[in-house]
Amino acid sequence: MSQADLAVVDTAAVRRPSPLWTFGLLRSELVTTFRRWRTLALLGVLAAVPILVGISVRIETRGGGQTGRGGGEGPAFIAQVTNNGLFLVFTALAATLPFFLPMAVGVVAGDAVAGEADAGTLRYLLVAPAGRTRLLLAKYTTTMAFCLVATLVVAASALAVGALLFPLGDLTTISGTRISFADGLGRALLIALVVAVSLAGVAALGLFVSTLTSSGIAAMATTVGLLITVQILDQIPQLHALQPYFFSHYWLSFADLVRDPVYWDDLVKNLELQALYTAVFGSAAWARFTTRDITA
Amino acid sequence: MAPYESDDSTEAAQAGEELRDDLRAERRRKAARYVVPVAVVGVAAATIGLVPALADSGDPDLPKITAQQLIDKIAKSDVQQLSGTVKISTDLGLPDLGGLESSLLSGATQGRGDGSSADPAGKLTELASGTHTLRVAVDGPEKQKVSVLESGAEYSLIHNGTDVWGYDSKSDEVYHSTVADSGKAEQRETPATPKDFADEVLKSVDDTTSVTVDGTAQVAGRDAYRLVIKPKQSGTTVGAISIAVDAKTGTPLKFTLTPSSGGAAVIDAGYTQVSFAKPTASTFDFTPPKGAKVTEGDKADKADKADKADKTGKNDKVGRADRGGKASGAPGHGSAKDLDKSGFTVLGKGWNSIAVLDTGSKGGLPTGSASGGGVLSGFLGSLGDSVSGKFGKGTVFSTRLINALMTDDGKVYVGAVDKAALVKAANAG
Repeated sequence: MSQADLAVVDTAAVRRPSPLWTFGLLRSELVTTFRRWRTLALLGVLAAVPILVGISVRIETRGGGQTGRGGGEGPAFIAQVTNNGLFLVFTALAATLPFFLPMAVGVVAGDAVAGEADAGTLRYLLVAPAGRTRLLLAKYTTTMAFCLVATLVVAASALAVGALLFPLGDLTTISGTRISFADGLGRALLIALVVAVSLAGVAALGLFVSTLTSSGIAAMATTVGLLITVQILDQIPQLHALQPYFFSHYWLSFADLVRDPVYWDDLVKNLELQALYTAVFGSAAWARFTTRDITA
Repeated sequence: MAPYESDDSTEAAQAGEELRDDLRAERRRKAARYVVPVAVVGVAAATIGLVPALADSGDPDLPKITAQQLIDKIAKSDVQQLSGTVKISTDLGLPDLGGLESSLLSGATQGRGDGSSADPAGKLTELASGTHTLRVAVDGPEKQKVSVLESGAEYSLIHNGTDVWGYDSKSDEVYHSTVADSGKAEQRETPATPKDFADEVLKSVDDTTSVTVDGTAQVAGRDAYRLVIKPKQSGTTVGAISIAVDAKTGTPLKFTLTPSSGGAAVIDAGYTQVSFAKPTASTFDFTPPKGAKVTEGDKADKADKADKADKTGKNDKVGRADRGGKASGAPGHGSAKDLDKSGFTVLGKGWNSIAVLDTGSKGGLPTGSASGGGVLSGFLGSLGDSVSGKFGKGTVFSTRLINALMTDDGKVYVGAVDKAALVKAANAG
C-alpha cells in the first residue's frame, strides 16, 4: 500500500466514521454501563425479588395450605405459583414492573448524559468524531439493552427459583385451558420481551431529563419522581380520561399473554403508547442535546 | 479623520449586525429542532382524534325493514356457533362501594357455608357495576363459555355437556356442578351478552310499548339494524332501549338502555368483535389445575336456589337491582315464573310492574345474617331516603334505573319505576 493510499483512507476515516465506529461507540457504552457497580447492584436487587417471593410462597404453603385465599391480595398470578413454578416468572415480573424495574431503568437513563456531564467526561466523548446524534442513539440503545437484561435477569432468576421450589409441567392458563410446558416457556419469554419494551417510554423520558441538566443525581431523581407521580395519578379515578395516555397505564397488559386465546387489544395499545413516548421524548432529547452548549 | 471614523463605525456596526444575524439564525435553527417533538405530539393527537372518525364509514345502506319483521328475524335467528368479545358498562348510579360491596357479597355466600370465590352466582353479580370485558363462545346448547377478563386474572364459566365449571384464576379456585338435564337448567343468572338482554326485553313487547326501526349502524364491523323500544307508560324510569341487530344473522349485537332521567346509558353491552365460526372444541375443555381448591356446588346449588335469590335480594343491592332489572324487562310470562319461584309477586303490568317480596322480618331493614346484621342495616339505612304513607314507614333506595322501597313491616317493592309509583303501590297493597 502506498503512502497516497493511506492518506486517502485516513481522511475518509476522519470525515465519515465507518459503521464499525458506531459499534465501537456502542460497545464502549455497553461495557461502561454494565461494568458499573451501581448497575450490577441494581441487577442483583432485581434478581433477589423472585427469590424472596418464591421462598415466602413456599413457606406459607408448606403446611398444604394455599396462598391468595380470598383472592385479590398480592401481585397477579401468585395463587398459581404453587401449581406451576413457571407462574413465578409472571408473578415476579408483575411484582417488579410497577416499581423496581422502571426505577432501575430511570437510574440508568437519567445518568446517561447528565452523569457524563457531571463527571466532566461529556466533552471528551464529543471530541471524538462520533457526533451528538450518534452518541445519543448509543446512549438510548444502551439503556434499552439494560431494560432487556434487567427483565431477563428477573425472569431467569424466577424460573430458577420456580423450578427448584415448585413443580413444573403443563400449565393451566388463567382462562382455564391447558398448554404444554414448552408453550408456556415460549410465552414467558415473550412476556419478558413485552415487559422490556414496556420500559421504552420510561427510558426515553429519562434520557430527555438527562439532557436537561448537568447533574446526574438530579436527572435520576426527576425520572424516578415522575415515575412515582404518574403511578399515583394512574390510581385516581377522577383522571380516567387522561389515564390511557400514561406510560404505565397498560404495563400489566402483559398478563393478557397468559390468556387463551391471547387478548391482544391492550397489548397493542401498550406497544403503541411506548412507541409514542419514545418518539416524543427521544426527539425532544435529540433537539436538546444537539443544540445545547456543552460546558462540562 | 472623520470620514474614516464614520467608515469604521459603519463597518463595525455592519459586522455586529452580521454577527447578530448569524446568532439569530443559529438560534432559529436550534429552535427549529424542537419542532420535531412538537410535531410528533401533534401527529399523534390528530391520529387519536381523527382515526375513529374516519374509520366510522357512516351508517350502512340496508334494505328497509319493519319493526315486526326485525323482531321475527331475531326470533328466527338460529345462531348456534359464535365467539366474540363483549364490552359491558353498567352505570346504575349506585354509590361506589368498592371492595365493600364484594365483601358484603362474600359475607353473604360465606354465611351459606361455601366460600368459594369461583361460585358463579357471586362472581357474575359483579358485572352489575362498572365496565367489564367479556369473552363469550357458544357451540350449540351443550357448550358455552363466558370469561370475565380482569387485570392479570380471569374468571371463566364453562358449560360443557353435563358439567358446569367456574374457574377463578385470581384465587385459583374451582367451582363445579353438574346439570341433570343438560342444557336449560343452568342458565346464567346474570344476563351478559347483548342477546341475553334483548331476549328479556323482547318478551315484554306488548301494547304498552312502542317499537320502531331507527336506521342502521355498524357494530363490531358488521352491518346492523337499530331497533328502538320505548315504553308508552309514564312513571317508569326506562327511557329507551336500543338494540343493534345483525342484518345477516339476526343476532343482537349491541344493547343500550337509557334512563328516562337522561344522561349516560344505564346498561351498554355490545360486541367489540364477533365471529360466527365454530369455536375450537378445546375452548370448552376444562380440567381443574393441580392444587386448585375445588368446590362441588351441585347439591347446595339446587337446594339453595330460592334461598340464594332471597339472600341476594336481602344483602346485596346490586344483586337486587339486577334481578329487578330482569323483572322490569320481562314482566310477561317468562320471568314471572322465576319470580314466583323465589317468593316474589308482581303488581301492575308492562313497564310499571313492581315486584313485591315479603321478607317477613319485622323491624325495617332485614338483617342478612345474625352476625353483623346491625352494622349492615345501619349502613344500608344511610344509603336510602325514608318515606312514609298509608302503609307506614319505609326506606327508598334509588338507582338510576331501579328503585326499591323497604317498608318497616318487612315488605320490599322493587321496580323500574319512580319513587311515587312505589309509594302508590305500597299504599294500595
